[in-house]
Amino acid sequence: MTRPGTRRASRLPVAFYAGCLVVALLLAGVVSYAASGSPDGLDAVTQTGCELDESGEPVGGTCIAQHAGEHATAGSPLADYAVGGAEGTTGLAGVIGVLVTLLVAGGLFWLLRGRRNGAELDHGDGRSRDETPSRVE
Amino acid sequence: MHMSDGIVNAPTSLVFALVAVLGLAVCVARARRDLDDRTAPMAGLVAAFVFAVQMLNFPILPGVSGHLLGGALCAILVGPYVGALCVSIVLLLQALLFADGGLSALGTNTTNMALIGTFVGYGVAVALRRVATRSRGGLLLTAFVAAWVNTVVAALGFVLEYAIGGQGLALGTVFGLMSGFHALIGIGEGIITALTVGAVAAVRPDLVFLARTAAPALQLRTQGVRS
Repeated sequence: MTRPGTRRASRLPVAFYAGCLVVALLLAGVVSYAASGSPDGLDAVTQTGCELDESGEPVGGTCIAQHAGEHATAGSPLADYAVGGAEGTTGLAGVIGVLVTLLVAGGLFWLLRGRRNGAELDHGDGRSRDETPSRVE
Repeated sequence: MHMSDGIVNAPTSLVFALVAVLGLAVCVARARRDLDDRTAPMAGLVAAFVFAVQMLNFPILPGVSGHLLGGALCAILVGPYVGALCVSIVLLLQALLFADGGLSALGTNTTNMALIGTFVGYGVAVALRRVATRSRGGLLLTAFVAAWVNTVVAALGFVLEYAIGGQGLALGTVFGLMSGFHALIGIGEGIITALTVGAVAAVRPDLVFLARTAAPALQLRTQGVRS
């Protein structure tokens, strides 16, 4: 069971976290400009059989994509990874997306976390505890 | 691999929305035990990383691209339950803010990428755990294979949903194209996953869920009874 104080809460690897965030921001903010603009595998399948106009909308033939509707949030200020629909803002949209995702996911996981310092369950720590029971007071 | 609204009919969308909600409810309940002060921020960063890398479409054939789905990547780093939640949050924000993936398709997209991809990918990683814990190369190979399978099974999830409630193209053609394209996309997913898991394992091996939980299941169970 939980034994508060038997294991010093290890310091958070803040530098590692910061490094992860920088990598994610660079990928979304800079590398995203080099991404392929071709339809992905699923979109290529749904467009198979149709002729497409310049914006990628099906205009002739028969295909799955003809049954797709307009997106409900097509009017969102970040729709299609552009800020306010402006050209060349993919990187900014990506940076915003990374930060929002981090806040939402990180916030949810922080609220959900069950253990304070990882001492309650196994995951490596428990094993050493069982092997050296005499050290536990 | 985000479906738009209307790709499958409303009843099918509804059924898979229920599947997704039930699956995510289980994940929320089980994620608690995998989250602590150190892994909660890590999981948030993993979700942000998946969002970023999903923007990076890479070409697989002329006129066809693919991007990371991220299920196996998340499962190996933060566990399958937390991992499925990471991918789900990314899909939700993409649909709400970026008009990427239909709102009515959130159930099917979540089922395919967050649930099927993550849990099957994690199953492969667990099956290969002895390889993964033997050496760094074994870990990279495990990550690659788990990620490749994750991509292909997520694509097959779409084929299933299309078979139930889609129209416009012969089912055999959909199956052939989806599995063919995603066998190729899976190679990219595998490389990205192996590079990422390898990088984390090199710097902070204690933050790799698969490596942390490498003890045999029997030992864990005995320990659970004891404590």
